[in-house]
Amino acid sequence: MLTCKDVSKLVSESLEHELPLRQRLAVRLHLMMCSLCRKYQRQTLLLRELFRRIIRSEDDPSYSRQHLTEATRERIKMALLTGLE
Amino acid sequence: MALDNLTAELLPETWVDEHGDALFSYALSRLKNPASAEDVVQETLLAAIRSQQRFSGRSSVRTWLIGILKHKIVDLIRKETREQPLDEIETLDTTEEHFFDRKGHWRLKPVEWQEHPGKILEQKEFMAVLRSCLDHLPDRLHRLFVLRELENMETEEICKDLSITPTNLWVMLYRARMRLRGCLTENWFEKGI
Repeated sequence: MLTCKDVSKLVSESLEHELPLRQRLAVRLHLMMCSLCRKYQRQTLLLRELFRRIIRSEDDPSYSRQHLTEATRERIKMALLTGLE
Repeated sequence: MALDNLTAELLPETWVDEHGDALFSYALSRLKNPASAEDVVQETLLAAIRSQQRFSGRSSVRTWLIGILKHKIVDLIRKETREQPLDEIETLDTTEEHFFDRKGHWRLKPVEWQEHPGKILEQKEFMAVLRSCLDHLPDRLHRLFVLRELENMETEEICKDLSITPTNLWVMLYRARMRLRGCLTENWFEKGI
């Protein structure tokens, strides 16, 4: 029998590669009986989904959440000028 | 007409103002250290100026600059990972003990997350919590997680690049996810905002 700890690892691993059939069935069986691991599974899948969405939002031309300070901006401009010479 | 647009766009002195924040945001979501993020933005712009003639005009200047930035960030992460000795961190990791008891039962039980992914991402406060949770990952976990989930690199590619085994990578990603999940639960979902 798989423990919750085993299942938590395998759920994460299943995001990286297909688990062997036996493991897949064992995980599924455990999830049927364990609501805590089901919650964990939903959240782990949601995490991946969140990052996928974040990546997509970065393609938006208006994307920028953080701002360079004025000083940094000036410093970079200077560096670009001197770098060009 | 197309040519005019192209030359108008290729004015490096305007890049910092027009694209600086976007590049910085991109870098800062992948690197813990704001100073490194600033540096990598600067290096990107310098590299872009030097290779202007290679800009095909088929994509926007922004997309082209982000492409250069991506390479710089991945190179930096690769370099930092290689420089950090492995063994000490891995034996010291307590992620599993934190969440599970000795019999493998949940010690910190998952609680329900109430929100819809699309909606939480629109909230500035959530993004701030997410960023701080990411930053709280130990360096090595942070780097691997970024390569996998934000740079979307394939597992095989990461393993080859960093000379680690798939099993090792899976364990690290597992720990990163467990910690992030726990951190978000504690600092966002349980707060009932």
